[in-house]
Amino acid sequence: MTLTVTDLAIARGGVPVLEGLSFALHPGKALILRGPNGIGKTTLLRTLAGLQPPLTGQIEGAEDQIAYASHSDGLKPTLTVVENLTFWASVFGTNGIQTALDAFALNELSDRHAGNLSAGQKRRLGLARMLVTGRPIWMLDEPTVSLDKNAVQMFADAVRAHLGQGGSALIATHIDLGLDGEVLDVGPNKAKPKPIDDFDGGFL
Amino acid sequence: MSIAAKANALWEYANPRKFLATSERVMPFFWVTSLACIVVGLVWGFFFTPDDYKQGSTVKIIYLHVPAALMAINCWLMMLATSLVWLVRRHHVSALAARAAAPIGIVMTLIALATGAIWGQPMWGTWWAWDPRLTSFLILFLFYLGYVALWEAIEDPDTAADLTSVLCLVGSVFALLSRYAVNFWNQGLHQGASVMRAAAVTGADTEEKVSNIYFYPLLLCIIGFVLLFIALVLYRTGTEIRARRIKALLARERVNG
Amino acid sequence: MIALLLRDLKLAFRAGGGFGLGLAFFLIVTVLVPFSVGPQSSLLSTIAPGVLWLGALLACLLSLDRLLALDWEDGSLDLLATAPLPLESVVSIKALAHWLTTGLPLVLAAPFLGVLLNLPAPGFFWLVISLLIGTPAMSVIGTFGAALTVGLKRGGLLLSLLVLPLYVPTLIFGAEVARRGATGMETQTPLLMLAGITAATIALLPFASAAVLRINLR
Repeated sequence: MTLTVTDLAIARGGVPVLEGLSFALHPGKALILRGPNGIGKTTLLRTLAGLQPPLTGQIEGAEDQIAYASHSDGLKPTLTVVENLTFWASVFGTNGIQTALDAFALNELSDRHAGNLSAGQKRRLGLARMLVTGRPIWMLDEPTVSLDKNAVQMFADAVRAHLGQGGSALIATHIDLGLDGEVLDVGPNKAKPKPIDDFDGGFL
Repeated sequence: MSIAAKANALWEYANPRKFLATSERVMPFFWVTSLACIVVGLVWGFFFTPDDYKQGSTVKIIYLHVPAALMAINCWLMMLATSLVWLVRRHHVSALAARAAAPIGIVMTLIALATGAIWGQPMWGTWWAWDPRLTSFLILFLFYLGYVALWEAIEDPDTAADLTSVLCLVGSVFALLSRYAVNFWNQGLHQGASVMRAAAVTGADTEEKVSNIYFYPLLLCIIGFVLLFIALVLYRTGTEIRARRIKALLARERVNG
Repeated sequence: MIALLLRDLKLAFRAGGGFGLGLAFFLIVTVLVPFSVGPQSSLLSTIAPGVLWLGALLACLLSLDRLLALDWEDGSLDLLATAPLPLESVVSIKALAHWLTTGLPLVLAAPFLGVLLNLPAPGFFWLVISLLIGTPAMSVIGTFGAALTVGLKRGGLLLSLLVLPLYVPTLIFGAEVARRGATGMETQTPLLMLAGITAATIALLPFASAAVLRINLR
């Protein structure tokens, strides 16, 4: 399933941040989202995931296809690793969390409470959750924060495996993951302020 | 002009600039006529109507009590209408008008409650009784407080407008439910709504009607309060629009760095 | 859907889940009442139905700010919103979980606390019935309040301010049933009204809760 974005404009807190954004994300491909802090990368991912409406423009092929991982992992500290994953698997109507446990080397942690994991282990669990959703398009927001080199490699492998199975990923990150994906730099799409005489625009 | 064209003409005022220009033109009319109506109504009512044979001169607080109570309810209805317009048509002026009206509604509710207490003391021998009408107004006051508090608590203006609009809708249903619940719970001392009943206007002889001598100055006061309410809402909406514009300009500055 | 319910129940019963806090609060409020109004059993038995209803209502209110806030903070709500589950179901399940962990225990505890306040014998049945019918409405209305204030840093106090006026009809009819029942009066009318309000809030309010949650997630 190809995700196609045409002439998209998005706003954060009522203020337009990005405009005129067009790109396509094909199966088997990754796109690395780049741009300075505060440009609206998170807003873009949330918009594509359907959490907020775009100002203008079209998003095609996103409906029920996207698994979105925000800065926070959506983990419950008093549930075990397996319980956390099983819950998300059943919410998304998939079964089999074993692949996810294997991919992120979580097998030996499976009975630990998520609250007792280190930051990096938590992050791995959060990313394992992407796998159990069974959704083809991953939207990852700074996925490698607090991961060590090994874990970054593990993550890159998981993404590669996902791409190999016909999935795709849009990843906002500053580090080089060694993925053969194109870079999508949204810097030039920074929204230009509307002329203030245009009252409704200036009013927003 | 066809009806559709007229309706379109009305929506033009959803443009903040057009709204400001027009409201500034008509506001002086509302200020002057409302003041005139209220002053004439109050002077007429206070000095040129006889004391009631049962209630004495205390009855004259009716000239403040009834208009304030009417406006307290109608203000909420106006907020309900403008909230709906915001949710359906996304006109910012509409949301801001609802926000602007709420504190006026609070003041009107307080006036109604205070004058009611002052009136009730000599009549019923108590400042406060858990009478259905009094209780309903107290509950209305709580709804106003929650509504205003929610507006104040949320930073993003569009989110605040959305959430307060939904609260206004849900609150309206629950306010109505509370009204029936309270009626059921205590039958009460307060007389029925006597002013707007046809019997009162036509002068049919019922025990509780407001007699004609009081009715005309009261009507004048009610008209005065309605006009005053319109003037205040226009004025406060203008202020809200300007405040939003300043916020927008500041945000624009920040984005441009 | 069942997975969400089971998870919420599991979370409530595990350490730090807050299960039992509402119950303890209900107990303490009830114990404090005789200290504040005096120990005369005739007075206590008169006010018992109302006090127990108010205590249950406040205990219910106490746990509302955790209802969605925890899922908001750890990002679970974002994920749930993108899941194939409609948000209307999510808030309904959340309300159901809240009722099972807060409302139902209050209903079961109420008769024991009724003993402490000299509740007249015929009152026990009606107290339990009225709470059983009324507390689900309190959970559903509370979920709406929680959804309204979920994005706010100090939403707890505001949540009470928003929710308490919405509790008025339920409290009036519910306490009326309990009071009438305790004095052997006819209870059918307020009971029907109470049931009507509960049924209507369960059927309609989740749509409003989901709508405001969607707005807050933007």
